[in-house]
Amino acid sequence: MNQPKGAALVEVLARHRDTLLTDWMNQHLSIALRRGLTTEAEMADQFRSFLNVFVDTLTRADTLDGNRPEWEPVRAYLAEISTHRARQGFTPAETATFVFSLKQPLYARLREAFGNQPSELADTSWSVNMLLDALGIYTTEVFQRSREAIILRQQEELLELSTPVVQLWEGILALPLIGTLDSARTQVVMESLLQKIVETGAAIAIIDITGVPTVDTLVAQHLLKTVAAARLMGADCIISGIRPQIAQTIVHLGVDLTNVTTKSTLADAFIIALQRSGSSIDNVTRLQN
Amino acid sequence: MDRIPILRLGDCLIVAIQVDMHDRLALALQDDLTARIVKDSAKGVLIDISSLDIVDSFIGRMISNTAAMATVLDAQTVVVGMQPSVAITLVELGLTLDGVRTALNVERGMALLKQRRR
Repeated sequence: MNQPKGAALVEVLARHRDTLLTDWMNQHLSIALRRGLTTEAEMADQFRSFLNVFVDTLTRADTLDGNRPEWEPVRAYLAEISTHRARQGFTPAETATFVFSLKQPLYARLREAFGNQPSELADTSWSVNMLLDALGIYTTEVFQRSREAIILRQQEELLELSTPVVQLWEGILALPLIGTLDSARTQVVMESLLQKIVETGAAIAIIDITGVPTVDTLVAQHLLKTVAAARLMGADCIISGIRPQIAQTIVHLGVDLTNVTTKSTLADAFIIALQRSGSSIDNVTRLQN
Repeated sequence: MDRIPILRLGDCLIVAIQVDMHDRLALALQDDLTARIVKDSAKGVLIDISSLDIVDSFIGRMISNTAAMATVLDAQTVVVGMQPSVAITLVELGLTLDGVRTALNVERGMALLKQRRR
């Protein structure tokens, strides 16, 4: 049953390849070119290669089921295009349209070929419809996957970027935290802080949470863990940059920060740190007096 | 069975843990250390764990307990030279060694003991 349908389809495709290509291009170009993300030449190239792979696979495969292994070459090519488009900034809809916009010109050709056999036309249309739907959905799936990969990579990069440990003074480190603190991030923060303590022999570390938007019990626990770990390495921690709302939240949540020195600004914390380490800046001493 | 040596420097005792701690060794150390504190009437104890790469909850608790015992015997205890990975592990295990003083290295530890006694 499938065999003649496939063969008929191949014949139609082979006969009308060029007109099909032009029609398809016209259908799709208006959407894809609108945002200036790609060029006409590139599109034409992609369409031609896709149609080649498609016809090639269709000739060899004896099934029209797009999920079967025989259709792997087509899927592989679509995956390549989807990944490429995900990087270029297309939307999933625009990417899926790449396949779906083949429908209209193809049906037009099919109607010409089967014009006098309505049942044949209906059957073939249905199979082609199923096939193109499967392939279209597949592009969306791949698109999603490659987007997720991009997001994951960006998250990792952000993680590395967002945990600098800076040396403010001899024996004084500062750790300006920006963004939400989750367990993975706390781990990175802790590791880089402890490593820096070993490298510099610092006795005081200032953790500045000005850039942390919210402090809940979990974030507070992560902070306390970092403080405890630094203490085990022989370094005292000062938590600074506590905004009024955060002070309120901490007390309402019942988080116990009594064992940690807390200051409202990094400047205050720095002065305390200087005093503890026995250093002083002239200007600072004057301000203090 | 080998034992961990306990050195005396003035009125301080220095314990340098250079080998992998196993449970029996840890218990033997507790016995030895408490006995030496009483015998030498030591005023300070410095435990160097810079060669310790791996800790489990038992060793962590043992360090904490040893320090607590020394404090009961009126000797200030400082744990020095903890590796970052060990510190993270102890914190994750919930062993923050609250009653124990810590320092980055032996030099800082000794300074801390001297300063405390004054």
